This record gives sequence, C-alpha cells and structure tokens, in this order.
Amino acid sequence: MIGSLTYMQLQELWWLIAAVVGSLFLFLTFVQGGQTLIFTATQNEQEKTLIINSIGTKWELTFTTLVLFGGALFAAFPLFYATSFGGAYWVWMLILFTFILQAVSFEYRKKPDNLLGARTYEIFLAINGSVGLLLIGAAVGTFFTGSRFTLNEYNQVTWQTPYHGLEAALNPFNLAFGLLLVFLARILGALYLVNNIDHAPLVGRLRRAAWVNFLWLLLPLVVVLGGLATMDGFAVDTVTGTVSMEPNKYLHNLLAMPAVAALLLVGLLSVIYGVAAARFLDKKSGIWFGGLGAVLVGLSLFALAGYHHTAFYPSTADLQSSLTIHKASSSRYTLTAMTYVALAVPLVLAYIAYVWRRMDASELTAAELSGPEAKEMY
Amino acid sequence: MPDSLATVDWARAQFALTALYHWIFVPLTLGLSFLCAFFESIYVKTGNGEWKKLTRFWMTLFGINFAIGVATGIILEFEFGTNWSNYSWMVGDIFGAPLAAEGIFAFFIEATFFAVMFFGWQRVSKGFHLFSTWMVAIGSNLSALWILVANGWMQFPVGMAFNPDNARFEMQDIMAVILSPFAIGKFTHATSSGFVFASLFVVGISSLFLLQNRHQQMAKRSMAVAAVFGLLASIFLALTGDEAAYNVAQKQPMKLAAMEGLYRGTDNAPVVAFGIVNTTKRPGDEAPAFYQEIKVPGLLSLLANREFGSYVPGIDDLAFGNAARQITGAASRMEKGKVAVAELANYKAAKKNGDEAAAATALARFSENQADLGYGHLTKPADAVPPVATTFYSFHLMVVLGTLFPLLFLLVLYHTLKGTIEYQRWLNSINIFAIFLGLVAGMAGWVVAEVGRQPWAIQGLLPVNVAATKLAAGNVQTTFFIFLTLFTVLLIAEIRIMLKQITIGPEA
Repeated sequence: MIGSLTYMQLQELWWLIAAVVGSLFLFLTFVQGGQTLIFTATQNEQEKTLIINSIGTKWELTFTTLVLFGGALFAAFPLFYATSFGGAYWVWMLILFTFILQAVSFEYRKKPDNLLGARTYEIFLAINGSVGLLLIGAAVGTFFTGSRFTLNEYNQVTWQTPYHGLEAALNPFNLAFGLLLVFLARILGALYLVNNIDHAPLVGRLRRAAWVNFLWLLLPLVVVLGGLATMDGFAVDTVTGTVSMEPNKYLHNLLAMPAVAALLLVGLLSVIYGVAAARFLDKKSGIWFGGLGAVLVGLSLFALAGYHHTAFYPSTADLQSSLTIHKASSSRYTLTAMTYVALAVPLVLAYIAYVWRRMDASELTAAELSGPEAKEMY
Repeated sequence: MPDSLATVDWARAQFALTALYHWIFVPLTLGLSFLCAFFESIYVKTGNGEWKKLTRFWMTLFGINFAIGVATGIILEFEFGTNWSNYSWMVGDIFGAPLAAEGIFAFFIEATFFAVMFFGWQRVSKGFHLFSTWMVAIGSNLSALWILVANGWMQFPVGMAFNPDNARFEMQDIMAVILSPFAIGKFTHATSSGFVFASLFVVGISSLFLLQNRHQQMAKRSMAVAAVFGLLASIFLALTGDEAAYNVAQKQPMKLAAMEGLYRGTDNAPVVAFGIVNTTKRPGDEAPAFYQEIKVPGLLSLLANREFGSYVPGIDDLAFGNAARQITGAASRMEKGKVAVAELANYKAAKKNGDEAAAATALARFSENQADLGYGHLTKPADAVPPVATTFYSFHLMVVLGTLFPLLFLLVLYHTLKGTIEYQRWLNSINIFAIFLGLVAGMAGWVVAEVGRQPWAIQGLLPVNVAATKLAAGNVQTTFFIFLTLFTVLLIAEIRIMLKQITIGPEA
C-alpha cells in the first residue's frame, strides 16, 4: 500500500507527519512553561522543587520530540534543513544553547558541589522556557513572513542579512508568534502541574496562573490570527511552480480547506475549555483539553503553511528560491522507506502513554520530596 | 588558532569540539547502562538489598553523566544543518533517514524508561523497574546504532546515486546503507569501546573505595561484574578493531597508509610498532617518514589484506598513482573530477536554456567521470592526504591502550576471585588512572576515524570545503568559543558533582 503512493502523496504525507511531531512538541512545551512558572507561581523552595520534579519526569520527552522533529525534517525535507539551519544560523544556535542549559539543569540543580548553585540552574530553565520558545516561535513565524535568502543552481543557500535569522525576532508577526508559544507553554505548564501535583496552595496558584497567562495570550493570538487573515502569502503556480505573492493567501487556504479551519477552531475552543475547566470548574483534566487544543492548532498552522500550493519556507529576497514541500523533499525512494519506518510511531506513542499512566497513577506530594526516593529527586 | 582560518576550518573545529565533548559522556552511558542492568538483575534475582544499594549508587553517577551527554548530542544533530548545510542538502536524502530512525526507535525508549529508572522505584513493580533499566541500556545503544550507520555511510558511501537535476545524492537501497560492513563495524567497535570504558570506570571508582577502606564489599561486588564485562568487551573490541582496520584497508587505503605512516607501498608491508613521525615530510618527496622507528615486518600486509606478503599501497602511490600496481592516483582522479564538475555545470546551463541536445552530451560526459566528482574540488594531489602525524599517533595510542585493558581486567578478575584485590595497592592505583586512559583511547579512536578520512566529508565524493555552509568565518568562530566555554563549565560542574557523589558513596 505504501509502495503505491505517488511521490506527491508521499510529500504531503510527510508534511503531515512533520506537522504531527511539531504539534506534539507544542503540547509537550508544558515542560518549558513549567520551567518559567517556578519563578512566578511558587512561594517557597518546596513548591519550586515540586514543580521541577513534576516536569522533571517529562522533560526528556519534550527534548526528544524536538530532536525527532529536526530528524524528520532532515529526512523528509533536507533542503529545508540545509537552508534554514545553515542560513538562519544564529537563531537556531541560540535556541540550541538554551536547550543545552535545560538538559543539565534538572539533574544538576540540587546536587551538592554543582559549581554554579541551584539558582543559576533555575535561571537556565527559565531562559529555555522563555527565550528558547520565543525564538522557536519567531523561526516558525518565518514560515508565513519569509526570510531573506537565495539558493543557487546547486541549491546552496546564501543568507542576505548579516544577522542570520535574528532579524526574524524583530518582525511583529514573528514576535507575536514567539510570545504565543511562550504563553501557551505557560498555560499548558500550569494545567499539567494542576493535574500532577497534590499540594493545595500551589495548585490554587497554578489554576490562577493558567487563567492569567491565557489573558496574556490573547494579544499575540489576535496579532497572529489577524495577521494570517490579512497578510499576503506565497502562492505556488501548480503548472509552472512559479512562486508569487497572493493577497490574503492564508485566508484563502483556510477557506479552501474547511477541515483545517475546523481544526483551528476546535483547537482554540479546546484550549479555552481546558483553561476554564482548571480555573472555574475546579477540574484537574484541563491539561488534556489544553494539550489536544495545542496539537490541533499546531496541525492547522502547519497545514496553512505547507498545503494548498503554498511555499512553506518562503524567501522574500528571491521568491523563486522559496521552498515548497515538493521542492524541499527527499526522493520518492527515501520517503517510501521512511514511511515504513514511521509505522513504528503508534507503537512508540503506545508505550509512552502506558509508562506515563503508570508513573503518574498517583500525584506528586511534598512528602515524596523527603521520602525514600529523595536521593534521586531533582 | 589564527584568525585567518577559513569557515570550513572553524566548522571542523566546532564539530570536532562538540563530538569530542560528546564522546566524554557517551561511552559511559553506553556501558554503565548495561552494568546498571546487570547489577539490578542480580538484586532482583537474589533479593539482596545490598545489590539494590549498589545499583542505585551507580545509577546516580549514570544520571549525572547522561544529562550532559544529551546536551552535547542535540548540538551534533543540528550542526549538520547549521555548519554543513551543503552537505545536508547533497546527502540529506540518505543521511537524514538514520537520524529520524534514531529518534523513533531509540531516543524515545531512553527518554521514556529513564524516568522510570530514576523515579519509579516506589511507583512501579520491581520487575517493571528492571525492565525499564534494561530498556534504557538497549535504547542508549540503539541510539548509537543509527548515528553510526550514518557515520559508516560517510566513510563508505553505498546504496545511492547522484541526481544531476537537483545536484544531490539519492538513496537507492536502504538495506545496503544499514548493513554496510562499515556501519556494522562502527557500531560494534564504538559500543564495545563504551563497554570497556564504563567497566574501567566502575573498576577504577571501586579501586578508590578499596584504597580508602570504604564500602569494601560493594566495591568488590561491582568490580567482579565490571571486570568480567570489561574483559569480554575488550576482547570483542580487539576483534572488531581488526575488522575495522581491514575495512579501512579495503575501502579507505589512504587512511590506512596515514595510520601507519606508509608513504611508499610495498609487498610484505610492516607495522610500525614505535615511531617518531618526520613532520617536515611531504607527499612525493624523498625525506624519511620517521626520525626513529621500530618495525614488525609483514604484519601490515597480514592485517590489511589477511594475506602474508601482500602489497599495501602507500600515500605517494595513492596521491600520484602507481602504474605498475594499477593504482589510479588522486592526480588523475582530479583531472576526471574536474571534467565531472565542469560538465555538471554545462548540463545545468543547457537545461536552463532548454538545449536538450547539449544537456544530453554534457550528462553523458558527466556520467563517465562522476565517480571522481569529489576529486574535482581538490587543487593538488597532496590535498587528498590526511594529516599523517595526528592519524599515526592517535592510531598507535589507541592500539597500545586497547591492548593493555584486557590484561588489566584479567588481573582485576584474578585478584577479585582470589579475594586479594583489596591488598593490591599498585593495581588499584593503576585502575584509577586507567579511567583516564580509557577516555583517551576512545577519543584517539575517533580522531583516527575522522581526521584520517580528511579531506572528505563523504569519502571520495564530497570534500569538507564544499560541504560547509557559506557563512562568514566570524560567526562560526564566535559559536566555537561559546561552545568551548559552555561545555567546559558544564564539564567542570559534572566532574565536581560526580566526585562529590563518589565521596558520599552509596546510601547508608
């Protein structure tokens, strides 16, 4: 069955797979959100430690999903990997630096003789949760606003600004996209912690934090949605492959793909319900609605960027250098082989879900921080 | 390093820095994960709480090390894009697939079960916890599999064809990539080196306890398991090393010649058991290769071709050619390569102008010469020669140390079984120092593998200067120093934390 898929179907399938992984990453950024909440939602050391241990059992999942997202893009859309990472050098490097800081901070924060002190590692976590996500958001924002690069006849990239991607963070739409990710992560972080921790005063504050961060989210959300509805987009001629600017391109995409519009709408409503359930209905299940909503919103944004004859990584310096999923993709053979590999993904998701359920069968309590497992605790 | 270094040099320096820092932590993860699984299996089998205490002690050290291994690992993946973007495009169709498979098949196993291993003692059953520890060991080593498949392909590119229309190599046979002898050789050699290093680590720390008269029983138990594992792994390491050298001799003869400082090919070629390299010697000149050397006649022929007295080509033969031995040198391959580069440009120009006849002619001439495409980017035959002294010394250091380790494990095992290990102060002192030696041996091995294949990013097809991103050198220079500072600070933190945990010892 996989072998009979056309090249174009495979390319579209792999954009969907990349979108699923990217959207799952969006959900899992509750870890990054939690990392910033340690400074704003806690009143003492114990509460801080509760948060860090709660997200501490999940941070590697988020990290690994990001790595898989990179790997999937490399395997399926190598020209994007080459163009964006090689061109927008500094924005990706800064993102990576924040993830290096994150990777050691959980483990080192509470260990004696850790050189930098617990406070420094907490700041590292907060940097990853704020600056890291802001820059990822700004980088993804360029899927819609474009970047200044050219490709030569050998598909080698030359970036046309000396800032190598940092300029993306100065564009209001990209900045709003980044802030959207930061506040969404904080909402999801709060919702996850409400579900995962048994500590009434902290949980009460986290419920409020979910709501407050939702209010903060509204402005960047309006900027992003408004921008998408009104901005010119990068349309691809289906016959010649020529890229040109089309007024209201993303609005057209949304109208032409009602399923995508439905995903966006249901996703947003699901996030809103998740927040409301935590803040006003005193429920612990908000994270599942918030998480599902984040995934659906993520999927719809990837669909808007890449489907319906749209250049997903556009160049404003040379429209014809823009990347479409067809131009950027791997060969048919590789996409087919990779599709067989991807059949293992449901199995992976299944064992993650199984282990998650077993590990989170009971909520984390303050008593555990001094219990028999205290030595292994973060 | 001088400021005048080109972008490609900084990109290489940065990748080497990241890879070598990564390799400080990874071998310990590869081997200690299995040792923890062995220790915990004994605990579950015997029900003896002392083994649980022992397991948790080594797991603590494992966790500290694991975190920084993850941190350095993510950089490597993304550096292919940031610093080697032309490479990423030209071979991404082949190279990307193992990286994605690594994520799907390996990283999630590690990430998921790592949480159980550390936080699940009270939350899951004893059996499920043990299962999780084994899964972390298997997942860690599977991670190594996929990246080493990718590395093996860079050393010996198979299963692909060049597509002149989009100027990249495209995969044609994924099984050829996965089952390439280089992929299997890299995986078995690198993982077993990790097992050896982790065994040296456990033996060394245990020796420290014995010298300090602390935690004696735990130390002896740990040593017994680690010495057996280390002994078996070091024997396997030697066998896979022999296989790796044979593969290199067959497919990367220039690397082998550099490993042995062999400039003039010869029958019955010797191994240089000891040598001081003449660093002023250049390919093609008459200067001696060594200031001083001790040779073992005929041994290189045997190792390289598995045949006594056989011919092994030298650097000069491979650079300038040797008609008598039917060796095409880099010099004539460069001529063909330059034709391939020019005809590819002609082909693309003709296609752009819609001149199909000219395109067909150019393509035909390109096809005749494309096997030497990479050589078309070299400027002189000596460019095809890797740094000889670095490759030679690294190789010999690795081999000497690799030969010592099984002897050391044998001694430790003998005294452990005899019950006299705690009295062997000299042996225990050496064991502590051997941790450092294990690290050096592994690093030296990677230097041989990577420096020895210069100037190639993809053997024979893509030199590093074409593979690198077009970027002002200052950018990469800056990130190099940021990485250097960051990793050094984190390494110091890691060592301090580990030393403190060793001082604290297993829980009372």
